[in-house]
Amino acid sequence: MSYYPYAVGLAIVLLGIIGIARSRDLVHAVVCLSISQSGTYVLLLAVGFDRGGVAPIFGSTVSRSTRVVDPVVQALTLTDIVVSAAVTSMLLAVVLQIAKRRDTVDPDQLRSLEG
Amino acid sequence: MTAATAGQLLPLLILLPVTGATLLLGLGRYLPHGLAWGIAIVTVCLNGGAAAVGFSMAGHARLVGWLGGWRPDGAAGVVGIALVGDRVSLGLILVAAGLIVAALIFSWRYFTTQPHHFHALMLFFLAGMVGFALAGDIFTMFVFFELMGVAAYALTGMKVEDPSALQGAINFGIVNSLGAYLTLVGVAVIYAHTGALNLAQLSQILPQQGKATLVVGFVLLIAGYLVKAAIVPFHFWLDDAHAVAPTPVCVLFSGVMVELGLYGAARVYRIGFSSTELAAGAHQLFLIMGLVTAGLGALMCLLQRNLKRLLAYSTIAHLGIFLTVLASGTADAYGGLIVYLIAHAALKGALFLSAGMILNRFRSVDEFTLLKRRTVESGRDRALAITFAIAALGLAGVPPIGVGLGKALAETAMTEQGASWAPYFMIIISALTAGAVLRSGARIFLGIGAVRDDIEAEAMSGDEELLEIEVGDRVPMTMLAPALGLLACSFAAGLLGRLPTVATRMAAQFLDIQGYVDAVLHGATGYRPEPETAPSWALGSVLTALLSVLAAGVVCVLSLYRDRLPAPVRRGAPLLAPARVLHRLHSGRIGDYAVWLLIGIGGAAALVAV
Amino acid sequence: MTPRVRLVMLLVGLAGVVVMLATALPELPGFGGHTHPYRDRAMTAAYHQSTANAVASVNFDQRAFDTFGEETILIASVMGVAALVRRLPEEQRRERRQRGHVLESTRWAATVFLPLTVLLGADVVTHGAITPGGGFQGGAIAATGIHLLYLGGRYRLLERLRPLALFEVTEAAGLAGFLAVAVTGLAVAGSVLANFLPRGQLTQLLSAGTVPALNFAVGVAVASSIILLIAGFLEQALAITGHRSDSQADDEAAS
Repeated sequence: MSYYPYAVGLAIVLLGIIGIARSRDLVHAVVCLSISQSGTYVLLLAVGFDRGGVAPIFGSTVSRSTRVVDPVVQALTLTDIVVSAAVTSMLLAVVLQIAKRRDTVDPDQLRSLEG
Repeated sequence: MTAATAGQLLPLLILLPVTGATLLLGLGRYLPHGLAWGIAIVTVCLNGGAAAVGFSMAGHARLVGWLGGWRPDGAAGVVGIALVGDRVSLGLILVAAGLIVAALIFSWRYFTTQPHHFHALMLFFLAGMVGFALAGDIFTMFVFFELMGVAAYALTGMKVEDPSALQGAINFGIVNSLGAYLTLVGVAVIYAHTGALNLAQLSQILPQQGKATLVVGFVLLIAGYLVKAAIVPFHFWLDDAHAVAPTPVCVLFSGVMVELGLYGAARVYRIGFSSTELAAGAHQLFLIMGLVTAGLGALMCLLQRNLKRLLAYSTIAHLGIFLTVLASGTADAYGGLIVYLIAHAALKGALFLSAGMILNRFRSVDEFTLLKRRTVESGRDRALAITFAIAALGLAGVPPIGVGLGKALAETAMTEQGASWAPYFMIIISALTAGAVLRSGARIFLGIGAVRDDIEAEAMSGDEELLEIEVGDRVPMTMLAPALGLLACSFAAGLLGRLPTVATRMAAQFLDIQGYVDAVLHGATGYRPEPETAPSWALGSVLTALLSVLAAGVVCVLSLYRDRLPAPVRRGAPLLAPARVLHRLHSGRIGDYAVWLLIGIGGAAALVAV
Repeated sequence: MTPRVRLVMLLVGLAGVVVMLATALPELPGFGGHTHPYRDRAMTAAYHQSTANAVASVNFDQRAFDTFGEETILIASVMGVAALVRRLPEEQRRERRQRGHVLESTRWAATVFLPLTVLLGADVVTHGAITPGGGFQGGAIAATGIHLLYLGGRYRLLERLRPLALFEVTEAAGLAGFLAVAVTGLAVAGSVLANFLPRGQLTQLLSAGTVPALNFAVGVAVASSIILLIAGFLEQALAITGHRSDSQADDEAAS
């Protein structure tokens, strides 16, 4: 049971990859890519969890001796989220242009790169 | 300036291009084309100059900069980010800056509609490469890896009028991002075990970890870098992207971006994992993947008719050779590799620029189309033809161009290590790839040979590529000059007598893990004395180099005149069936690439673990 | 590969990766464990820097360089999107007619919530160093707020409210602000991104040194970036028609 959250994170990453492999639509593929990345958030946050820990923000309830969850992985996750937004928007822009040029976003029908 | 001060100035190498890009972003709309171009080129030159100063200082001591002054002191431990500049990372920045200057000069007349986009993206791309090369922290590496990626995807798709460019960009973007996310999973796994992100710190903690953790952490961590380095079976995106990206961008992709992928894998392996129980497995992984990549790249190279795609496969083949040399792990071999890498970057740059000139001058990069049309007369474009021919011969290893020297140094070192197959391997691979490039040149410029209707002709032609710019009857000097400049650099790499010695010392410093750790964690940045010198051209290396040129010539003639071979040889050709299968595997479909990614990861883990 | 072969290969690859991950899983430290060395170091550092929000301390002080890289990624991607979704010569812009029907209640809700959302965004940015939130979160909220106008059916008003050229400048200014703080750190305290301002008192609004300044710079840049990004896509979806006829092109060339 104590490894379950890690397994969930990793499973989300793999599900995203499976989605890309089986994708019939580039928009779907890009969304699967960000699903895959959300798996990394889950994994990072799971890694930083401390049972009984509270949010790492000093104040009336949190002092230096209070047990808190790991702020580092949260910071990494935040960075990761912005990266994901940037990459997703970039790739969606490409898909949008493909749709306009080719009238399809099905990878199986876009065959110009073969060979 | 002391090494400590220089270390604190290292981040400026990243801030500088970002500042230039910010300027272009804020004011680009109002700037005339020339000024935007000027800002970009001045920024890159300043960056190159600063990197050169850093390079010369890094000869005496490692440059270590702690961002925000978060130096680890005693009990507090590491919380900040370190940038580490040694001669390898700073040298890579120099190569990147040099190639960008060439690319910017070449693109002087490109993208006249919204030039500041292109120039700003080039600067962001540079910032990403610099940050990746300098980062001494696995998460910072991921961040700058992504910066490099985002800029590169946009640059690939710049020609939005061209659907295949967009498709190349999307394949490139999805596969590379997937790789990067796997790297991030690796970061998370390693962080979970060690509570550290700093490489030097990891170097001390990782040897105490269990085998399974190490395998998973290592394979995932380098997955993204191997994707970037286009190692089989992660290589599929490369030819898709290179075949369609604007020419000046291809120069950067082939010359330095993919090499940075290898650098990332090598750096993480050397510092983090080479003193763990994984060392033998990783050696095996690099060796096998390198051999397969080189072989497959060379074969596919021979089967192409689209010049840019052909050059892309030749890059894959060379990366295979690089990885094989990386597996060997001696300073002499790495020194040869550095010479090889510099010369290869310059030559590949010159070849891609030639391809760009061919495209803009003759409206195609397809061997057969140009052969059929016979519009190319080498007389009128003599300079272009000669540039192409010299670069192709240089790729085969002709002295005194640096590729031959680097290969000779590396194969000598590998042979001394007991890998007696190394010289043969390198001769075969360079003969196949350079032979293909020579053949292409012979068809395009000399009009030799007949149009084929077999497997080679089935490959995607280079006719769909859209013209990048109208150049008319004459290739302008702004396009020819950077190609000639790069060619000159490749000669310099072979002729500078001190380069092999400098390169071997760079390699020894790169391999000195304890030195790296001491420099980062304890501020002891000096190097241990290193008296070794390496020879430049020797009789033996000239002979092997000439042998591989000869072999390349034979490959070229054989593939031009295959029709005239005796019938049994021609028909029997047992290689054709597997070649067809290979061909079909490169389907251009993103789903297939994702599947190969998974298979590659599983395979790599198996190779490392066994 | 045919779909069938691809499926088989996918299962093979998946099996390999799952086996690999499964062998490593039991070696991972158990979920919710109490050993987090980097956390302990980061919390101590945050305390010494008087930064109540330890996540902000990691993001904008201890590992501020990652944040710099990440902001650069965001802006590079805005640049990339602008380059990719630009209007081509053969496409034309059309005035968008008000189409469809927007409920009066939606319209009112949008109008009411717009200032509130923008205000909330500004608040989240300002208090980034002491409460949950910060430059990214606040910037994203503010940018979303402005787009409530679109939901309320007032695309034209939205177009007027977001002069894109101006946002390109503010975006650049946000990044330039980050750069300025970074370089001032080098000049004043000897290292790039050094926290050179007085740290103040823990949990006070003006504490944590440069963290609020960086938060503000990031907030401006993120809000502008998101507005530019969404604008690029909305333009494509709403205001740009496909290929125009040759006569129109001629007309434009003549004018």
